[in-house]
Amino acid sequence: MKFLTGSAVCAVALAFCAANAHAQTKTIAIDGSSTVFPVSEALAEEFQKSKRGRIRVTVGISGTGGGFKKFCRGEIDMSNASRPILKEEIEACRRAGIEFFELPLAYDALTVAVSPKNTFLDCITVDELKRIWEPGAQGKVTTWNQVNAKWPNRKLTLYGAGSDSGTFDYFTEAVTGKAKASRGDYTASEDDNVLVQGIENDPNALGYIPYAYYAPHAKQMKALGVDDGKGKGCVKPSLEAVTAGTYNPLARPLFFYVSKKSAAKPEVKEYVEFAMKQSIPLIREVKYLPLPEVAYKTALEDFSKGRVGTVFGGVPEVGLSIEELMKREKRG
Amino acid sequence: MTDVAHQHGPRRIVSEVQVLRRRRRERIFVIFGLASTLIGLLVLLALLGNLVIDGVARLDWNFLTNFPSRRAAQAGILSAWVGSLLVILVTACIGAPLGVGAGIYLEEYSARNWLTNIIEVNVANLAAVPSIVYGLLALGLFVYGFGTGRSIFTAGLTLALLILPIVIVATREAIRSVPQTIREAALAIGATKGQVTKDHVLPAALPGVLTGVIIGLSRALGETAPLITIGALTFIAFLPAPPITSEFPFVSFEWLFDGFTVLPIQAFNWISRPGRDFHANAAAAGLVLLIMTLALNSIAIVLRYRLRKRLQW
Repeated sequence: MKFLTGSAVCAVALAFCAANAHAQTKTIAIDGSSTVFPVSEALAEEFQKSKRGRIRVTVGISGTGGGFKKFCRGEIDMSNASRPILKEEIEACRRAGIEFFELPLAYDALTVAVSPKNTFLDCITVDELKRIWEPGAQGKVTTWNQVNAKWPNRKLTLYGAGSDSGTFDYFTEAVTGKAKASRGDYTASEDDNVLVQGIENDPNALGYIPYAYYAPHAKQMKALGVDDGKGKGCVKPSLEAVTAGTYNPLARPLFFYVSKKSAAKPEVKEYVEFAMKQSIPLIREVKYLPLPEVAYKTALEDFSKGRVGTVFGGVPEVGLSIEELMKREKRG
Repeated sequence: MTDVAHQHGPRRIVSEVQVLRRRRRERIFVIFGLASTLIGLLVLLALLGNLVIDGVARLDWNFLTNFPSRRAAQAGILSAWVGSLLVILVTACIGAPLGVGAGIYLEEYSARNWLTNIIEVNVANLAAVPSIVYGLLALGLFVYGFGTGRSIFTAGLTLALLILPIVIVATREAIRSVPQTIREAALAIGATKGQVTKDHVLPAALPGVLTGVIIGLSRALGETAPLITIGALTFIAFLPAPPITSEFPFVSFEWLFDGFTVLPIQAFNWISRPGRDFHANAAAAGLVLLIMTLALNSIAIVLRYRLRKRLQW
């Protein structure tokens, strides 16, 4: 009986405080893409440290689309996105009277790599990648010459990211056209060292890893050029190619969006400035590719001059260089 | 007589063979049953062992007192376990009285009619509703409808709804197991129905009721899907507002409306990141969650044992 009375008191107390208004500590609410999360987490961590806890930052993971939904309802200050905002989302924001700043944050890129002992292959088309990795290839495409008749009749050993990772989602979406659609008979690991060792020592291996994992091991692996079949020919992954927007479709810029209303708050403004000025080493640390410094400068300038809107027309585009993005007039 | 014995002679021999066969069949079944039990236990042990091997190295004081971090070695679960604990507290405060109240009503007061039948069928069905549905309900009703925000309070309410059917069913079972003679004896000396329930039925049913409540809470502790739906955070490097303040009235309920994360969400976030270090963190967080659940369950066992011993008829 004591137990019941206790619970009742507890419930009454809860009801009482539900009526109580709650005071606000300065909190910056961020939500959105899981791909951008590691960058956002690093920034939030450092920013809070530098402010000694006077400003709080929270980061959620609702996915790019889920983030924009909350963003256009005015529930969060900033939205992380692994793609530009889409037409419907712009429309939803407009209806809610939410104007936004679009700030590029980093690049996410993947490298398709083979062993240095592989002598016949320097370049691969997206179409060939698709034939290798699509779910239907499982158990069927097992030798190199099944993909391309010019390649030798040797066993094809595959390495890739585990199905829990953002790398996996991104690669499958770019190559097979559908996120998470992949064959399953390959060596999957989240540990880059396992992948690097596997690819290095096996002349029949082919694998994909984040560019930032590849870069320190460039001598142990051969990165393949990727041809997206749109006339640019073979492009090898490099910081230059990625920033120039020619390494398609395996590289993409990441963004964050800040609502204009939130940007008026000093703590949010400070955070954006912090992100645009301090992010390069943090982005390297979490193994993404930073943008050239000038891109952050331009973005910050646009932000302080109050240039709202997106440089995309709400349509997903690929192959845009960061310079092109900066030159474009903002709309939306 | 001899005729009959004669007739029965060969049959008895056959039946001895049958007995042997039946015994053998029984032995086979016992072995099968033992194997089934062991498989379940072994899988659980393997899981536990796996978690311990991966995670135990990360389990230290810093892991419990640090906030999440991009550096796996410095990351901790402070915000996650505090969040889990507070959410469970709210869940218990709301879910237990509602569930127990409903159970008492259904068992002791409600008339046997079509309405009660409908309620009973629905309660049984509610227990089978996937937890994500509760999350969607809570998002629409609490977050947008009542404006309780993406807070600890909302999370507690949601999980309270989730465990309600479990608590109701357990309460009813416990009340039903109280002998009818106890009620009749109390009524015979002039107690009202309320007095009978309060002074005799509930105390006798309490061990069972508590077990139900705590089993419900352990389930709520591991829930992830509904909390993600209502907008639990992933990176949160501060604790909710303290419940005791220096100003009048000295208690504060601000923490109820703070954002939060819970252990399963933190573990899930770590397991989906590349790098072995984060996976070790996930395993360690899983271990802490497991320890919390086991602690809750042992409290249930101890309470049940003590309360049962106190009962004297």
